[in-house]
Order: sequence, then C-alpha cells, then structure tokens
Amino acid sequence: MSITEKVGAGTADFADQRLGSNKWLGKNLKKVFPDHWSFMLGEIALYSFMVVLITGVFLTLFYKPSLVEVVYEGSYVPLKGVMMTEAYASTLDISFEVRGGLLIRQMHHWSALIFVAAISVHLFRVFFTGAFRKPRELNWVIGVGLLVLALGAGFSGYSLPDDLLSGTGLQIARGIAQSIPIIGTWAAFLLFDGEFPGVDFMSRLYMVHILLIPGLIIGLVTVHLMMVWYQKHTQFPGQGRTNSNVVGYPLLPVYMAKAGGFFFIVFGIITMLSGLVNINPVWIFGPYTPDQVTAGTQPDWYIGWLDGALRVMPNWETVAFGFTLSWNILIPAVIVPGLIFTAMALYPFLESWVSGDKREHHLLDRPRNAPVRTGIGVMSIVFYGLLWIGGGNDLMATTFNLSINAITWFLRITLFLLPPLAFIITKRICLALQRKDRDKLLHGYESGRILRLPHGEFIEVHQPLNNKEKAILMAKLDSEQEPLALPAKTDANGVKNKGYRVESLRARLSHFYFADTIAPPTREEIEAGQAHVAHEAELEAPLHEYEEEAYVQVPFHGGVLHREGAPMTNAEALEDSRRTD
Amino acid sequence: MSSDLTPRSDGSPEATGAHGVVSGSGVNDRLARPDYAGPGALPLAAVDHTPRRSDLYPKAARRVERQITLMFLLSMLMAVLFIVGYVAIDVGTEIYIPVLGGVGFQNLVLGVTFGLGVFLIGAGAIQWAKKLMPDVEVVQDRHPLPSTPTEDAKAAEQYQRGKEESGFAAYRIMRRTLIGALALFPIPLVVLVRDMWTNDDPALAGQSPAEILSSTAWTGGLRIVTDGTFQPLRPADIPVGGLVSALPENIEEIQKEAHNLNERGKSAIILVRMDPEDIRAQQGEGWDYQGILAYSKICTHVGCPIALYEHRTHHLLCPCHQSTFDLADAGNVIFGPAARSMPQLPIGVDEEGFLVAASDFNQPVGPSFWERG
Amino acid sequence: MGLVLLLLALGVVGGVYGVATTAPSSADTALVGDQTQIEEGRRLYLEGCSSCHGLNAEGGSAGPTLIGVGAAAVHFQVATGRMPLAAPGAQAPVKDAIYTSEETLQMAAYIASLAPGPAIPTAEQIDYTDADIAEGGVLFRINCAQCHQAAGQGGALTQGKYAPSLMSATPQEIYEAMLTGPQNMPIFADTTLPTPDKQAIIAYVVDLQQAPSPGGLSLGRLGPVVEGLFLWTAVFAALIGAAVWIGMRAR
Repeated sequence: MSITEKVGAGTADFADQRLGSNKWLGKNLKKVFPDHWSFMLGEIALYSFMVVLITGVFLTLFYKPSLVEVVYEGSYVPLKGVMMTEAYASTLDISFEVRGGLLIRQMHHWSALIFVAAISVHLFRVFFTGAFRKPRELNWVIGVGLLVLALGAGFSGYSLPDDLLSGTGLQIARGIAQSIPIIGTWAAFLLFDGEFPGVDFMSRLYMVHILLIPGLIIGLVTVHLMMVWYQKHTQFPGQGRTNSNVVGYPLLPVYMAKAGGFFFIVFGIITMLSGLVNINPVWIFGPYTPDQVTAGTQPDWYIGWLDGALRVMPNWETVAFGFTLSWNILIPAVIVPGLIFTAMALYPFLESWVSGDKREHHLLDRPRNAPVRTGIGVMSIVFYGLLWIGGGNDLMATTFNLSINAITWFLRITLFLLPPLAFIITKRICLALQRKDRDKLLHGYESGRILRLPHGEFIEVHQPLNNKEKAILMAKLDSEQEPLALPAKTDANGVKNKGYRVESLRARLSHFYFADTIAPPTREEIEAGQAHVAHEAELEAPLHEYEEEAYVQVPFHGGVLHREGAPMTNAEALEDSRRTD
Repeated sequence: MSSDLTPRSDGSPEATGAHGVVSGSGVNDRLARPDYAGPGALPLAAVDHTPRRSDLYPKAARRVERQITLMFLLSMLMAVLFIVGYVAIDVGTEIYIPVLGGVGFQNLVLGVTFGLGVFLIGAGAIQWAKKLMPDVEVVQDRHPLPSTPTEDAKAAEQYQRGKEESGFAAYRIMRRTLIGALALFPIPLVVLVRDMWTNDDPALAGQSPAEILSSTAWTGGLRIVTDGTFQPLRPADIPVGGLVSALPENIEEIQKEAHNLNERGKSAIILVRMDPEDIRAQQGEGWDYQGILAYSKICTHVGCPIALYEHRTHHLLCPCHQSTFDLADAGNVIFGPAARSMPQLPIGVDEEGFLVAASDFNQPVGPSFWERG
Repeated sequence: MGLVLLLLALGVVGGVYGVATTAPSSADTALVGDQTQIEEGRRLYLEGCSSCHGLNAEGGSAGPTLIGVGAAAVHFQVATGRMPLAAPGAQAPVKDAIYTSEETLQMAAYIASLAPGPAIPTAEQIDYTDADIAEGGVLFRINCAQCHQAAGQGGALTQGKYAPSLMSATPQEIYEAMLTGPQNMPIFADTTLPTPDKQAIIAYVVDLQQAPSPGGLSLGRLGPVVEGLFLWTAVFAALIGAAVWIGMRAR
C-alpha cells in the first residue's frame, strides 16, 4: 500500500472506532445522484454562499462598523481631507490600501449578487418541474425562507460601507418602518437608536449581517441539504427511471468530482469576474450624509422590484381622526411583498389541496405537462419583471429617451394587463406542445424526407422515436391528474353538506388546474400509429439498401472534411469503432 | 370551460399503496398497461449507451490525461503568479487594457491569476469525471419514506407509555400552569429590547418619537447658511432661477454636540427664487421673501433628500421614486407616490439684511407617520 | 522721405493691428464689445434666433427672453450647439455648433449689450489647476449630483427632459452652465457659489472624466442596475454554461 492509502485507511479506522463511520461510508459512498445541468443551480447558490462567507471573514478583519466621523487620510485623492464615517473610511482603505482588498471586496459583492440570482433560478427550476410536491414541501418552505434571508443579508451588506447610494437606501427603509401604523415611529426609533442616521445603527446592522442572518442561513441550508440527501434528489422521467429509483452516478467518484469541480469553477468565475469588472465603486458616490442624494438612486438588483413597486404606486394616503395611514408605502413595501412570500411559501400545500394528490413524487414534471402551474410561474415572473423595470425607470428614460412619467403610467397599466396575458399565452403554448408530443408518440417525428411512391403520391417519411425520446414523451402519463369531482350538496339522506362551499371551491380550482389537458394516446392509437410508421419505413427501405455498399463513396461526413486514412463508408466506420487497439 | 363538472361516486384518484410508492400514474383505464407502464419500466440495460472516445481509443484517453495534467500545472503556475502580482505591483498602479479601459493593475492581476488558478482545478476535475471516470449510469432503489406499520405502532405505543408516565394529561392544574409559565417566559426577552433607544438627549427630554419628528432646529431669527461653505445669504445673492442648498446657521454646533448628523436630515432646506408673479400659491401668507422660497429638502414620501429643481417649470423632482412637487404652487404633489406637499419654511431678513427663518416648519418634515394627523 | 514715413506708418499700424487682434489660444475668453461686433451680432441674431426669441430678444411662446441672460449664456448655448434648437422642446441636446467662434462672440456681444448679465468667464476664472479636487467633490455632491449623478453620467428630469452627462464638458462649458442655468438647470451665481468653488467643481468633474476604474471594467458607472443586467446576462451565461457543460455527455 502506498503512503496515502495507509494514511487513508488509518484515518478511516480511527474514525470508525469512535463513530462507526464505516457503516455510513459503506452505504453512502455509492449514493446515486441524477445528473442534469438544471440540478446544479442550487449548487451555484451554495458555492457562491461559501465564497461570500470566506471573503466576508477577510473583510471583517479590516472593516469598522462605526458612524464616528473622521478625516480621510488615505490614498484616494478625490476624497482627501473629506469628513466621513469610519465605516466609509475603512471601506476605502480596504479598496485602496489593503493589497487584494479591492479584489476580495468585489468578490464578496459579486458572489452576493450571484447567490440571490442562483437561488431565484433554482427556485424557478424547482417550481416549473414540480419538485416541491410531496415529500419535499418542507424543503420548499425552507427555500423561501432562505431567499428572504438572502435578501436581508444583501441589503444589510451593501449598506455597511455607508456611502451615499446605500445610505439613501437605509433612509428609505427607515421611512418605510416609520409608516407602519400605530408602532411605526417607535419601531424606527428602536431600530436606529433615535433619529436617522444616528450613531449606533451601523454596529447593529453589522451584527445582523455577520452574525444573525449568516447563522440562520447556515442552519437552514444544512437542514435543506440534509433533506435532499435523505429524500434523494428528484429526477427527470426517462429510460429506466421510475418513481422508486434514482438513476445517475455514484457519489464516489463521479458526483464528488463533478460537484467539487463545480465549486472551483464557480469560485474561479467569481474571482476572475472580480478582477475584470468593477462593482459598487463606493468612492464615486462619496460618504453618506442625510441631506445629499445622487440621481440614479437604485438598490442592488434583488431589491429593485420593491423600489419599482414604490415608484409606480399611486399616492394614496388616508388621514382620519388625527392619524395617517400611508397606503402609498404600506401596499408596495409591506403588504405586497408579504403576500407574495406567503403565497410562495404555501404554494405546495395549495397545489396539493387543489389536486387532491397525496402520492409521493420523485419524478419531475416537464413544465408543458402542467400548463396552469407553468402559467402561474410565468405570470409571476412577468409581474416581478415589470416591477424590476419600474425600479430602473429613470435609467430607462435617459437611455431610451423616454419620459419617466410615461414609463410610470405604462407600468401602472401593464402591471395588471400583462401578467394575465402572459398566463394565457403560456398555457396555450404548453397545450400546443402537449399536442405535438402526442403526435410524436403516435406517428414518430417528421424526418423531412419526402418520398414519392410508385403511384405518384408524395408522403413525408416519419422516423420512429428511439427509446430515449419515447421515454421522455411518455412522461406525460406520470403528470396526468384528474380534476376533483364536484361535491354533492346533500348526501343520500338529504343531510346538508357542511363543507360544501369550500369543497366546491376546491373542485372548481381543481378543474381550472387540470381539466385543460391533451390526453396521452391509448394503446390502440399507439399501435395504429406504429403500424403506420412501419408501413412508411417499408416503403422507404429499398432506398437504404445502398448505404452499406462499399462503392458508395460519400466525401462529406456530416460536414467534416475527409481526412487521410479515415473511413469513407459507413461500413468502414463501424469496423473502425469496433477495433480495440 | 367546455367540460361539465358532474359529481361522481368516487372522488379522489386511486389511493396510494401503504408505503406511498406507486409506479406509473394509475389514473385512467384508457391507458392500458403493461405495454407502457411508464417510461421507467424499460430496464436500464436496454438504455442506449455509446462509448466515449476515451473508452474506445487509448490514444484519446492519454490525450485527455495530458490535457487535465496541463490544467493542474497551469493552476499551480497561477498561484505563483498571484504571489508575484501581490508583491511586485504597487497597490495604486493603473494600466490601460483595451475594452476594459483604465483599470487597477494589481486588482486585475490578482483576480485573473487567482481566478484562473481555481477555475482550472475545477475544470480539470470535471474533465476527469466526464472523460475518464465510468459514465455508465447506475440505478439505486429509493427506500420508502414513511415507516412500516410495525414502526408506526411502536412509535405510538412508546408515545402512549411516555404520556401516561409523565402524567401530563392527568395533572390538569400543573399542566396549565406550566403552559402559562412557558408562555410568559419570552416576555423578559421582548421587554429587554425597549432600551434599544432611550431618549437621553436633555434637549428632547420626555418627547415621544412622534414629537421629536415633528420639530426641527429652525426657529424665528435663525440665519440660513449655504451647505458646504456655511456662508449667510443676502436676498440679492440669489438670482431668479437660482437654487441654494441650505442649513441652519448653528448646524455645525448641533452636530458636534450630538455627535451625529440627525439634525441635517431634518432641517436641510432648499432656497429657490422665482419671479413673484410666478408664485401661484404658498403654504402661508408672506412666507416668501421677494420671490425667494424656502422648502424642506426631505421628500415626504420615504425621506430621500430632494433637490432636483427645474427652474423654468418650478418642479422639484425626487430621484428615488420620482415624486414631483410644484414649488410655485405651495409645494403640492403633481406626480408620483408622495402623498403630501413639501413643507415650506417661512423666511424673512434680519436687521443686517441676511436671510433668516421666520419660525419652524408648521408641520413635520419628511415621511408620514401614524401620529402625524 | 515720404516713402520711409509711409513704410513706418504701415509698420506701426500693422504691428498694432497684429497685437490687438491676438486671440488667446484656447477658450474664447475675450469679448470685445465694440459696435461692429454688436451690429454683426444683431444681424446674426435676427437671422437665426429671432423667430423664437423675438425681434428684440423679448421672448415669445417659442423661446424665453434673452434680455439679461448675458454673454455667457449665449456662448454656452451656441458654442455647444444646443442653440439653435433642431426642434422645439424643453430639452436642448448637444450637437455640432453651426456658428463659428467669431460669430458666437458677436451674438454674445449683442445680447450683452441689451442688459447686464453674466459675462463669458475669463481664462483666470476657469483656471482650475490650483483647486482642491476633494473640495470640489464635496460641492459637486451637494449641488450637482442630484441631477447629473454622482459620477456625472447624467440623470432623468420630468416629462422626458434630462440632465446631460458631463463626460465631455469643457471647463468653460461647466463654468458657463453653472453661471447661466441653461434650460431647466438652476442658476448657481457667483454670489452663492463663488469662483474658487466653481473652479473646485470643475477640477472634480475633469478628474471624473479622466479617472480610471480601479476594480476593472466600469460598466458605465451607472450603479446597481447595470451591474444587475451584466449579472443576468454575461455572468449567468458563464455559470449556466458551465453547468450545462458538466451535465453534457462526453463524446
């Protein structure tokens, strides 16, 4: 045995004597993970979070969370001698005095942006494939919680440098807190230790950013991953894949290599990005003071939708009995986000209530096979996207020579018009794709080869599907759901059904979700279709007899120029591939 | 909706098996089994598998090996180059790169070397997995998630035994008082956060947050000075169409005593001057001085400073959410999410001819709050 | 003898003429308000400006009065090509100037003759070499950033108007703009923003124009929106591309 093997065996034995780890290793080193690129989106989130943590630790060595005013004495000339807080000054020092400090700061910021974006993309994948269904509803709820925590971590993080841009964001946050009915002024004062900006707030925000939120995220991510590990990952339908198995590659060596390698790839991309592209140049914005502002004031992208909501909201406020209720702030900043995240968190339970489906689902849905769910997802993305555009309306105005007033009005209207339209269009597209899949199952796919039959008829030859393709299309069978039946108003003895209203709502929603579908073909239909395809293949067969002939020389092999010594006929190529020298 | 909803005798789809695992969908009789019991029925062995080039040709395998080795070697080189960049390049040096423009040299070198070094480790590992490790798919059965009936029964039995032994159900009063104590136990933790803010400013003694928010440092006779240069202003200094960001004369004192910028965020104002004939309305009779108007600089929406003044239209635009106020019309809102007009500060001149405030604002400045009334 | 005197006279006249008409090499900072200039300026004004600004510069529905705007305003608007407007509207975008420098000065002299107003800044006034950039930054953020953006990239105003980018503004243009408040820009008179302060601001803007981007490609210095767009396009293309590559079957 080599030294590494000896050390490895020794370590394993040491651990096993104390923890019984070999039992676990024996079972889990061969654990199978399905291999699809869309299953790696959550990994992007995990790895970017790890980069955030590592770079964050470095930054804490130099950053000072203090709002005490100092004079800047560093090397950045345009701020020399300017009064600023220690928080801002230490951020400038990290950027200009500490070697590699700017790189780490940019890595931290870029990976934070990537973290939230990856969570979102991962969320879309899980949603559109129905991976949140039983038994994974809890994991979905944890995921939504992680998203909210990530937003909080990002917001608190980019506000720490105390520059003019992010400080304005904090000012807005305080205005929102203040607008809360009854407790608003007290909430704002307790949070900020008095008026804004105060002196203590930065150290409080710092604690939230480096202790509270990361702690919660690490805890929740651990539970999230443990559940994925224990319940095993879902998989797309396909050859050999059933609801009670997992098909893929074992943890050791393939999955470890791929997942581990991906960590380095994400890390590497973030680092190269931070060396090449500037992000958050706080020195340009200048130190924060509550009586200055810059044009083009936006939060980081993941808060942009909230800013957009604030911008397009009409100015409704109720003043009555000496009290003010600021609908113009509460609706876009408190009520709408609250509703959205609550609806998001509860969605798996809503869908399972509507479908009445209590089965475990380990096979994913193709989005087209769940048209209403997909439509709801697209509708939400459109709604979110419109709010996002709203957040950047002044930049849109200057870039495209438009009026911000016109953009705001446009968004106020499209915010209600476009999402339902998007839902309808998406649902129609899904149903059309289902129809196409059905046709393919029945007839094979159109090969584009036109055959002229001896009696003069022209037909297009259909190619039968291979097993892999057939397997994917037949996934429709697993996604089929019958809508729930309408309840009876009274039962057989004439007793009124107490839950009638709720049950009939449930049945109507179920009908809305599942009634519109293209039924997969029956056995008879498939057999008839296969017979037809076989018939066409028979008709075409005589043409293929020549392919194996040695004297038919085809100079182009699918676009690759012929090379010396390379096979020139299909027969030769086949021979070649069977050689094992 | 074209199809009818007719009640049927059976409602829900087929019940699941005891352990919740069902193959296929089992929904419809129109789908005949076992011809296609779901695509998964096809045994894995029948799955088409084409061998990779590195499986067929040892030459190709060796080439991949060399490629991966090269990647790892390059990664090691990058680590060394990182150290060189760290030591040899001065932290402030600039360099011009096409496409990127003028950028920091050290940041570029450190980022690219470190990044490429790490990236290549990953790329090498992935290539190794893809091209050299076996790529035949493996099947593993899922274990049923719910417990067996025996395990369920055992759990229930243990729970029953434990519940009886604890006497939780039997001792009613103890149970209720325990719940009561547990319910009250978090209260000290909640109460402790009260001192996240204490009103320890003697000048603001006894005031509630709403009261503190409702007044600023402005008083009658307090001079107005320019922000940045802190110079007092005479009316003649400001031309028609002019804009001056201003603060109370004693702002620097206040800031030094309070050690914070809070007063700035409340008492910042802008002075604009327009032709007196252009002033259609004000918030108070004679609050201007010969066409010079003073308005708060804090937006009434959520509190961003607002100083984007269009001197021909007399509109004041906030960059945060585009609330627009007409300063020639008593600061009324003409667009955007702000609900209340911009508070106006009444001004006049003192005996030496400098602009002064006539009194404090007659309403709280900044964003709305519940007690504002 | 007569010939010598003639030659001498010619020489003197020529020399005086040569000295008197020496223009400064850079900015048009000299303004000679003599009568020929004013009349020439009036002629040019009537030709190109009076249709909107009135026959006596009193203004009208299509353009404001120019009485009292001063030579600086005229020079700013005409030299940057903002005036004459290509189309009526509240925004006057920069375009190629159609008047020569001399014609601009003539028109400026004419308008200045109508009523006192800000004069074209002298070379001394726009000399920012001794100014403190940091001080300029402080003043810029107080007075300019809310419209022109912290990095001078410009910003939106209401109803389709905008405060333009400052990235190609010359020191003279900057001074004149602050002094005269073109279009909807407020007027920052020398009384509230004295010359040294204006010089500091100019120094800061010039520094912004030349500043490198220490962290890499600057993405326009427009803030988080562009950074977010870059993230969702280029960065995610790379990351998802890597994921797809990993998941792909090897050949």
